[in-house]
Amino acid sequence: MNDRHAGHVKFDNVGLRYGTDPEVLSNLSFTLYPGSFYFLTGASGAGKTSLLKLLYLAQRPSRGAIRMFGQDLITMPRERLPDLRRQLGVVFQNFRLVPHLTAFDNVALPLRLAGADENRVMKAVAEMLDWVGLTHRAHAIPATLSGGEQQRVAIARAVIARPRMLIADEPTGNVDPEMALKLLRLFEALNNRVGTTVVVATHDVHLLKKVPDSLIMRLNKGQLSDPTGALRYPPRPAAAGEAGA
Amino acid sequence: MNTPPPLLSDAPETDSAADLATPARNRAAARLLPATRFAGPIPWVIAILIALVMIAAAGGLALKNLATSASADLSAAVTVQVIEPNPELRAARGAQAVRVLTAMDGVRAVRLVPEAELVALLEPWLGEGATSGDVPIPALIDVELSRSAAPDDVARITAALEETVPGARVDAQSDWLQPVYRALSALQWLAVGLIALVALATAAAVWLAARNAFAGARDTVEIIHLLGATDRQISAVFLRTVLRESAFGAVVGAGLGVAAVLLLGQQFAALDSGLTSGGGFGLADWLVIAAVPLTGVLIALLTARITIAFALRDML
Ligand SMILES: Nc1ncnc2c1ncn2[C@@H]1O[C@H](COP(=O)(O)OP(=O)(O)OP(=O)(O)O)[C@@H](O)[C@H]1O
Ligand SMILES: [Mg+2]
Repeated sequence: MNDRHAGHVKFDNVGLRYGTDPEVLSNLSFTLYPGSFYFLTGASGAGKTSLLKLLYLAQRPSRGAIRMFGQDLITMPRERLPDLRRQLGVVFQNFRLVPHLTAFDNVALPLRLAGADENRVMKAVAEMLDWVGLTHRAHAIPATLSGGEQQRVAIARAVIARPRMLIADEPTGNVDPEMALKLLRLFEALNNRVGTTVVVATHDVHLLKKVPDSLIMRLNKGQLSDPTGALRYPPRPAAAGEAGA
Repeated sequence: MNTPPPLLSDAPETDSAADLATPARNRAAARLLPATRFAGPIPWVIAILIALVMIAAAGGLALKNLATSASADLSAAVTVQVIEPNPELRAARGAQAVRVLTAMDGVRAVRLVPEAELVALLEPWLGEGATSGDVPIPALIDVELSRSAAPDDVARITAALEETVPGARVDAQSDWLQPVYRALSALQWLAVGLIALVALATAAAVWLAARNAFAGARDTVEIIHLLGATDRQISAVFLRTVLRESAFGAVVGAGLGVAAVLLLGQQFAALDSGLTSGGGFGLADWLVIAAVPLTGVLIALLTARITIAFALRDML
């Protein structure tokens, strides 16, 4: 990891279209700095989920270049993608919990996929469920959980493996404001203590103010605008030295 | 209240995701997902197909054994007829033929069929006339060779008799059985064809089942794929299911097949005919029959593997 852009995610003139439809994302050029906290906002249909799909490797762009953690995503062979995906934590817009696994087993998935020792899986998952207040629902399957409970399981699953980058699509849409704030603090803790880059897509403008050092990316009909200058400049003094040319 | 979970405290007692990114063992993969289910009747369909293949294989092998042992018995036998209307002359020539034959190389036994025996054989066909002596019957000599009668054996015997016994006709008994052999061999080919068709049907059933199981679990597969599961981990889950279900089918099918084969074998043994006694199975035959369910499971696994590889290739 001597690459000085090792922790960066860099988009260069990226466009995305579904099939033969017009582009839903156009001319995206930006860099996500490691250890920063980003909010992605924009009207419904602006392309937030589409942009996040590119980030969590569910889509390849139709054009342009993407580098992630020092590797070129466009030319990367398919077999190497799982390795990269395991360094990401994802909260999907519709949670995407595995329907026949319990809350516990859903949260355990990233650790088990990585072949973690089962004793450690047990301990870490129990802790995490306790923290999101779902210990009593640990053995419930998703269909029997409320929307907010499912959301908390999804978030627990996304952070359990201490990912290098956390990508969350409307992660607080189904919970009350108090829980929303608590979950946001979890993301902050991951960001501050583990150094995880965080990208949160949200409609909720109140949320933006709750994270002091956050940077805002605004999507408008597939184009990025840059109200805080987050995308043009190295956004933090710590990252300034790394920005380079 | 808003302190982060211990997992996220600074002391990295837990490894980061990057450190965890070692390939998981299949044992761990087994815990990832609940076993997916085959469509209900599929294991039974596999069982039935495997039982059918086993019965066809057993039938084919029995026919082959039968044909081999029958031809071994019969091809070593040659019949000599001496055709002569005058009874005294016929008897003399018959005796002469026996002498010549007995003296020949490669002849193990010679037997002049007594006239009374011939008459008894012919009476049902020719009526009383056969006994009256009005209808001339040939003298019949059974010759047993020490090995299978090749065409030149027949020619050699014919040549030897020609000089000394006019009116002698030599037939290899296997000639009479040519149509029977042809029928047996046709039945064997039929068995082979049946086996091929049923094997194809088995592969198709498994292919459909694997595809259905995969389609039913597509959502789950997509999720764990996005969480970083490798193709190997995902297909391990399905192969486990396919292995379990096809093994079930193979065991039940093998039970049915063996039961049917033993039962049929008993029925034939009860006939106690000289022909069917040669149809019994040796160790090699049982090994071939046992290979059927094993091959069935292998076909199932291979088909499932290919199906899943194709389905996964559609995902980035
Ligand atoms: N799989 C798809 N196939 C075709 N079009 C799609 C697909 N996914 C999204 N789109 C279209 O792309 C555009 C952007 O969708 P996207 O889901 O990225 O918006 P969003 O900003 O996440 O919206 P929301 O806030 O409602 O979640 C929309 O016009 C949508 O109809
Ligand atoms: Mg969306």
